[in-house]
Amino acid sequence: MGYQNIFTQVQLAGPPEVGPPARDSDPRTGGTASSYWLGKVFNAQIGPIYLGPLGIASLICGFLAFEIIGLNMFASVGWDPVQFVRQLFWLALEPPAAKYGLRIPPLAEGGWWLIAGFFLTTSILLWWLRTYRRAKALGMGTHVAWAFASAIFLYLTLGFIRPVLMGSFSEAVPFGIFPHLHWTAAFSIRYGNLFYNPFHCLSIAFLYGSTLLFAMHGATILAVGRYGGERELEQITDRGTATERAALFWRWTMGFNATMESIHRWAWWFAVLTTLTGGIGILLTGTVVDNLYLFAVQHGYAPHYPATGAMDPNTHPGAVQ
Amino acid sequence: MILETGRPAALVALAPLSLLLAGCEPGAKESSQLGPRGAGMEQVRKANLASNPETPPPSAYKLETREGQKAGEVYPDLKLLGNISVEEFGLLMANITEWVVPKDAPPEQAGCNYCHNPENMGSYEKYTKTVALNMLKMTKNINVNWTDHVKQTGVTCYTCHRGKAVPEFSWSSQPDGPQGTILRNRHGQNAPVQAVGFASLPNDPNAFFLGNSEIRVGATQVHPGSQPTGIKDAEVTYGLMMRMSGALGVNCTFCHNTHNFADWNSSRLQRQTAWYGIRMARQANEDYIQPLQTVFPKDMNRLGPMGDPMKVNCQTCHQGHSKPLGGISMLADNPALREIWSPKTTSVAAPDGAVQAPNGAAVATGSTSEAAVSLGQTFREAGMAPAG
Repeated sequence: MGYQNIFTQVQLAGPPEVGPPARDSDPRTGGTASSYWLGKVFNAQIGPIYLGPLGIASLICGFLAFEIIGLNMFASVGWDPVQFVRQLFWLALEPPAAKYGLRIPPLAEGGWWLIAGFFLTTSILLWWLRTYRRAKALGMGTHVAWAFASAIFLYLTLGFIRPVLMGSFSEAVPFGIFPHLHWTAAFSIRYGNLFYNPFHCLSIAFLYGSTLLFAMHGATILAVGRYGGERELEQITDRGTATERAALFWRWTMGFNATMESIHRWAWWFAVLTTLTGGIGILLTGTVVDNLYLFAVQHGYAPHYPATGAMDPNTHPGAVQ
Repeated sequence: MILETGRPAALVALAPLSLLLAGCEPGAKESSQLGPRGAGMEQVRKANLASNPETPPPSAYKLETREGQKAGEVYPDLKLLGNISVEEFGLLMANITEWVVPKDAPPEQAGCNYCHNPENMGSYEKYTKTVALNMLKMTKNINVNWTDHVKQTGVTCYTCHRGKAVPEFSWSSQPDGPQGTILRNRHGQNAPVQAVGFASLPNDPNAFFLGNSEIRVGATQVHPGSQPTGIKDAEVTYGLMMRMSGALGVNCTFCHNTHNFADWNSSRLQRQTAWYGIRMARQANEDYIQPLQTVFPKDMNRLGPMGDPMKVNCQTCHQGHSKPLGGISMLADNPALREIWSPKTTSVAAPDGAVQAPNGAAVATGSTSEAAVSLGQTFREAGMAPAG
């Protein structure tokens, strides 16, 4: 019953698995190695690898972005390594001030942010292309690439598309641990509470739904592992007792069940729609709707709280500012 | 069995997770509901950690009557307190001494002589007397014209000073960081600074306590219109709000219904009080403290690094409590502090380098105060009920 442990108990030891030949015949390089401890959570086999021109270009661009962000943070503490570590969560590479709009600012005033964003975006897009091409090379579907594209859509919306529509890079997210969190809070405060954004609601529903589906599916497969339940693909067409038991379990506990195939469609769509709806919600905030709470009241899905008697002192004639 | 041998290993692996609890605060919490249910409007007080407000010292003695020979007849030089009796004047001087320079203060700061030349009590040769005169004007102005903020509780010197010649909590302008370089340039944010609750928000919110820069950032209309503010503006205001939250020992929902921060109609009445408080602090700084810049000595840590005097913000009076000193009023024993009086016939410009406000409104005269009185009346006439 070792397979029920939180660590993978079964490790294969034998000739390395090198996989089928790729359609574009890209050679994979390096030998193979095996790591017992890696095998506790992943596959024990490492390699052979294929990075290719896209992978290498992506890593270079990603490294440049990482370095630009990190060195800007490092410089902001006067190249003090101790303070760099101590304050790392506070440090940031900030986007340009509002006064620059969409113009190119001086390097120290957001120029580095633009450059870092450019390289990070290039790196991500190159890596996307790599996931697409590797899938093709293996004769696979391109589901992973399109799921990744959904996440990239959210990333680009936050950092580029929406700022361009708003006419200012200052609307974009800073690079930094706490700073990007505070950006989120400030975004919500400025635009009348993100929680009333219908697409944000959808995104949260899909996000939480994703974790629920993942927990249900992972638990189900582990639970029928003693009957070979992890051989899901075979069981799509040749239903075995693992599938039968898993399906019956869910019919008993919630009245219906997914199949060994459809559960993966559910998971894929929930994951993809999380970032897709999230990105749409961000895209509409500030461009189409300025105060999301008032929008929600207007469309009847938020309550209008009773007036407390407080009034804006500014609205009184002669009020001091 | 494999399962049983595996279990201790799993527990050991999970043990470090308990370290995540290290940041938790044990002990009783008291929460009270402040607004509509479901809106998260509650105030949580850490019963074991919260400190009680300081208790103000008692008045030196009780005033039996306000009648008697006027102080102005005995001390014709009096500029602010000539209308009260000699006895009341003496009591007020004794109380001010206790509030600002009590007996247990450092010797050079204790007693009457901190401000007065004992040989000539009317002399302005000590800068501290000019400062005290201006602070007295400020106190009277606050108690008379800013009841929208201080209500009938009012303030005295003790509200800020707490027995110290220089109030413990004040602020002054800070030098701008490096410009045009990334070296040591934080753009005024992204540092663990207590003023903004150790957030990475823009961390010099004190600029809001001078001038009249716009604080509001939230959209007031459904669709984009005239609201010029962006997310970076929201971060700056957020920093100010964190400062106020810390100064009052309250969270956002003490004033706001967070479903829509900008909305006044669903805010608590405390937000109005706070609005007046910010304007009150601005006037105190602009009209009463900033003009003292030339009066303070340059070599006694009375000026900040930019050469401006130490100014007030919410923390100066509140010191971590939503009501300074727990809401205890000290004005009953010191009624002169909510009366504005100036000798009609004598010159109001204080001698020996006394101060004029830079905007031309003579701080020493009653004119500023009278203008403020009518301003206060405007609010009252418009039906601004005192917020409780």
